[in-house]
Amino acid sequence: MSKHYPGAEIASVNQVSLDVEPGAFVVLLGPSGCGKTTLLKMVNRLIEPSDGRILLDGEDIQSVRASQLRRRIGYVIQQTGLFPHMRVADNISVVPKLLGWKKQEINHRVDELLDLIGLPPSEYRHRYPTQLSGGQQQRVGLARALAVNPSMMLMDEPFGALDAITRSRLQGELLRIHRQLGQTILFVTHDIDEAVRLADLIVVMRAGEIVQSGRPLDIVTNPADAFVSDLVGGGDALRRLGLIDVTSVMRRGEESGSIDHVVSADTDLRQVLDHFLRTGETAVAVQGEDGQADGTVDIETIWEVAAVARERAERP
Amino acid sequence: MSFDYLFENWRRVLELTWEHIELSFLALGLALIIAIPIGIAAASWQRLRLPVLVSLGAIYTIPSLAFLALLIPSLGLGRDPALVVLAAYAQLALVRNISSGLTGVDPLLMEAAAGVGMTGSQRFLKVRLPLALPVLIAGLRIASVSTISLASITAWINAGGLGTLLFSGISRNNPSMILAGTVAITILALSVDLIFRGLEILTPAARAGAVGR
Repeated sequence: MSKHYPGAEIASVNQVSLDVEPGAFVVLLGPSGCGKTTLLKMVNRLIEPSDGRILLDGEDIQSVRASQLRRRIGYVIQQTGLFPHMRVADNISVVPKLLGWKKQEINHRVDELLDLIGLPPSEYRHRYPTQLSGGQQQRVGLARALAVNPSMMLMDEPFGALDAITRSRLQGELLRIHRQLGQTILFVTHDIDEAVRLADLIVVMRAGEIVQSGRPLDIVTNPADAFVSDLVGGGDALRRLGLIDVTSVMRRGEESGSIDHVVSADTDLRQVLDHFLRTGETAVAVQGEDGQADGTVDIETIWEVAAVARERAERP
Repeated sequence: MSFDYLFENWRRVLELTWEHIELSFLALGLALIIAIPIGIAAASWQRLRLPVLVSLGAIYTIPSLAFLALLIPSLGLGRDPALVVLAAYAQLALVRNISSGLTGVDPLLMEAAAGVGMTGSQRFLKVRLPLALPVLIAGLRIASVSTISLASITAWINAGGLGTLLFSGISRNNPSMILAGTVAITILALSVDLIFRGLEILTPAARAGAVGR
């Protein structure tokens, strides 16, 4: 599909075609002005395409009224988009109210969502957005988008305005929620680290076109061209290791009895290598959320990852 | 100069105060009927805004006595020409605040409202209007206070109200009567100002700390 603004020389989104698996976490990655936000907004019809169509669960999104469509799609934006004159509970229940839910149902759902995003209902229900920190506001924004349990979520740089620590924590919680609820997520960012951490599939865009799409590891170790390689910080071996989570390369379910050191699932390979260099150990066990060991990463794994990258870099 | 007139004729002063309130708020009602559509139009089409405000500003510069005198041939004396003049002068404050209040709502919020699935009218009623409300009430407050003060002048063409005391006081050389009228008008204007300020503070947007930042 395409979006061509009148008077603009090139199309904002130029003949893009993208197939998203249900339940996938897809990150649209690229510099500002690359068309990623335009593409995102065409999905909930905040922007209408000049050409092409979008199917949602096999149904053309043009076949329903835009307002009806949007109530089925969660939408989170950077500056939270919370309505400042409404309390937290009213913000979260906006869509359920539009859909005519019963009051009791709504109250129940609001409490459930506040629990899910880690804000105790008794304390936060009645606050106004201005009485929350930036991170808390974004949590509420997430809860509002999740209110009617949509099968599809659109997120436009939702963590872009947050400090690094809050951003990292919210990324972790978003991953947890995605694992728990399994919605399809389209997530826009210009931050490669964020993309690598969150995505099942990264779609790199430039000047309205898709340059490369693939699993985070493929993008990082196998950038399609100089642009993608610049974007992912190619050439810096350590940085590249820092982009790869242990879970994406670990040997799953392997015996980890003899390994002393246990790391959490969101540790990256740079941290693991650092651990090896400091301690002289050659393997770590990866512990999942449930506290069980999920797999192992050893020094061989890191050599393999580095070798793939080297090979790629040496190719003319 | 003394308060003798006020104390001896307080029933008469009260009567005139009521007349004054009636005249002022009738005029404001009339003004709103005209200003709301103009204000919304100026908010919806940015190109209209400047010419509209300039024209209303031009009306505002006509001296009030001259304006009243101009209307005597067509509308005669009494309340009708007074209402026309008061409603015309109130336009500037009302239209300016209606249009700036409505356009002052963050476009990102309006897009968020669309993004969650509100229809056009829901976006207006649930988001734009409540967020603009403090500015709208401020416009109403400014218009009310200036209308109340201007409504003293319209007594000159027999429109009634507290201005009657001023003009009679001048012609009879009775300073106590003028003082009574002045005090009553001031108290009336201040109370109305206070009431609208209270309403401004009570709007959800103001209570949430969503304005003035």
